[in-house]
Amino acid sequence: MKNFSGNVLFLDRSDINTDEIIPAKYLTENSKEALKPYLLEDLVLKGFDPRKDISGKHVVVTRGNFGCGSSREHAPWAFEVNDINMVIGEGFARIFKQNMFNCGMMAVELSPDTIDHIFKTCGGKATTIETDFGSQCMIIRADGFEEKIVFSISGFDKALVEKGGWVEYADLNY
Amino acid sequence: MGKTTAEKIFDAHTVDRPFGDITVIRLDAVFCHEITTPIAINDLVKRGKDRVFDPDKIKVVIDHVTPAKDSKTAMQGKILRDWARRNHIKDFFDIGRNGVCHALFPEKGFARPGYTIIMGDSHTCTHGAFGAFAAGVGTTDLEVGILKGVCAFHYPKSIKININGRLKKGVYAKDVILSIIGKMGVNGATNKVIEFTGNVVDDMAMEERMTLCNMAVEAGATCGICYPDMTTVSYLWEFIKGDYLSTEAALEDYQQFRADPDALYDNIIGLDVSSLEPQMTYGFKPDQVKPVSEMAGLPVDQVYIGSCTNGRLEDLRIAARVLKGNRISDSVRAIVSPATPKIYNEALQEGIIGIFMDAGFCVTNPTCGACLGMSNGVLADGEVCASTTNRNFNGRMGKGGMVHLMSPATAAASAITGFITNSALFEKIGG
Ligand code: SF4
Repeated sequence: MKNFSGNVLFLDRSDINTDEIIPAKYLTENSKEALKPYLLEDLVLKGFDPRKDISGKHVVVTRGNFGCGSSREHAPWAFEVNDINMVIGEGFARIFKQNMFNCGMMAVELSPDTIDHIFKTCGGKATTIETDFGSQCMIIRADGFEEKIVFSISGFDKALVEKGGWVEYADLNY
Repeated sequence: MGKTTAEKIFDAHTVDRPFGDITVIRLDAVFCHEITTPIAINDLVKRGKDRVFDPDKIKVVIDHVTPAKDSKTAMQGKILRDWARRNHIKDFFDIGRNGVCHALFPEKGFARPGYTIIMGDSHTCTHGAFGAFAAGVGTTDLEVGILKGVCAFHYPKSIKININGRLKKGVYAKDVILSIIGKMGVNGATNKVIEFTGNVVDDMAMEERMTLCNMAVEAGATCGICYPDMTTVSYLWEFIKGDYLSTEAALEDYQQFRADPDALYDNIIGLDVSSLEPQMTYGFKPDQVKPVSEMAGLPVDQVYIGSCTNGRLEDLRIAARVLKGNRISDSVRAIVSPATPKIYNEALQEGIIGIFMDAGFCVTNPTCGACLGMSNGVLADGEVCASTTNRNFNGRMGKGGMVHLMSPATAAASAITGFITNSALFEKIGG
C-alpha cells in the first residue's frame, strides 16, 4: 500500500482540470517518471509556484470538481512520481477519481464545510496530515492546531488501494 | 419499475457486482489511440501479459499527432503499430486511413445500439449517439479492458434532457449543447449519464447527435445517449444488413435499448430551443457560455474548424455555405481539419475543400492536432482562437492562448471578418 501521510499542498480553487495538472504537450512521454518536473505547470493560482511549492509535499487539499477534463491518467501519475498519493477535496471528476484508485492512490471526498474549515484554519500554514487507512481517519496538524477527521471511501475503492490497483484486482478476480 | 437506456445496457452486460452498486460489465469494444494506450501496452509487456481479450473487439487509431511531429510521437505510433501487429488486431488505422477517433470509428460501424465501449479518451461519450454506453476511462481501466474485456462502473444514474421546439436558422447542435453546459455547469452531470430526447434530437442527423453527446463530458457526464431510431438504423445499415432481414427488423431489435416511460431519473430537464441564439464560450471553462451577439467584435488570431465535435461533413458544409464567395480577413489565419479521410474525400467531391481554399484556409490531413495544442495550429501566448472544438481550458491549444468554442457557422463568419461574428451576416441558407 502507498503512503498517504505527509506535508500538505493547498490548491484553493474549484474545477482544476487535467490540462492544468499535466499539460497535453507532455502526453508524448512513454514513462511515468518523465512527467515529474511538469506537475501543475500550467496552474495559475495566486501564491502558487509549481517549481517551489510541490517538493516535499505528499497530500493535496483542494476544492470541488478536481481533475475535470481529459481522461489522461498522466494526471495521477504526475502526482505519484512526485510522491503525492492522496488528494482531498469536495468532489472529483469521475475519470480522475477512478484513475486515482485504479493506481492504488486515494481521492478522498469531504464535505464542503469541512474543506472550507481546513482552508480557514490551516491554509497558508505548514500543515501535515497523518492518515490511518485502516480506521479511515486522518489527523491534520498546523501550527498548534490539531484535528481528527473521519473520511469514508467505498468498499471497492478500499479494495483497490489494498490490492495496489485495478490491474492487480481484476487479474485476481476476472 | 422501468429502466433507463444505460440501466438496460448494464443489465445485459453485468459480469459481477463486487461491492454495492459497483458493476463490472463486459465490453463490446475497446477503442485505442496513441496518446493513452502505449503506457498500458508497456505495462502489460512488463507484467508478462502482452495479450488482448479479443483482437476483433479492439479498434486502434493513430490520430492525435499524425504524421508524427518528433521522435517521441513517432515512438508512440510505433508502440501502437507493433502491438496491433503482434496481437493480430486488424482494425488498425495508420496514416492515410486514419482520422479523429470519435469520427472514424462511428463511420466504420464500430458503435452500435446497446454496445458497451471504453476508450482512454474523455470524449468517448460521443458514441452514445448510437444508443450505446460509451465512456472515457484512464489508462489502467483501458489496460484491464484490453486484457480482460471488462470495466467497473457505478451502476448508472441518468438525467433526461428533453429538447423541444424548432431551431432557428443558423443555430445548430453545437449551440444547443453549449447552452446546456452553460446552464448545468461543468459539474452538473458528474457521475451521471445524460439521455438526450425530444423532437429536436429526433430530427437530428447522426452527426448532430454526435456533436451533442460529444460534449456531455464537459458537464461531467459519463456518457451522453440518444435513443436508437430509424436515423440510427439507416446510418448503420451497410454494416448490419447481414444481421437483419430489414431496417424495420433492426429497428425493432434496437427498441429494446430505449428507456421505459416509467424509468427513474435523477433529474428531468425540459428545454425549448425555439428562441436559442448562436452560443459561444468566453472563458477557460466550457460552462462560461454567452450568446455570440454579446461577444461580437472581439478580434481573433486563428480560426479552427475540425475535431471530434465539429469536423464532420455536415460541419464542413455549414462552414462552406458561410465562406462561399468570401475571403478570410488578412488579420486571421484559418485551418480546417476534415475529421476522416472519407469526410475529406466527400468534401473534395462536393467542392467544399475548394471553397475553403479559395477563402484562404489551410486544409490539413485528418488529425486532432490543434484541438489539444499538440501540432497543426498551436497558439502563441496571448493569441485568441475561434474554434469548433469542445474544450477551452487555459493552455488547451497552446500555453497562454484563449480558445472560444462555437459552431462551424460562427467560426467561419469570424474568419471572414477577423473578429467574433454572428454567422447570420453571411449565411445563405435557403428556406
Ligand atoms: S479532436 Fe480533440 S477532443 Fe476530440 S479526440 Fe481529438 S484531441 Fe480529443
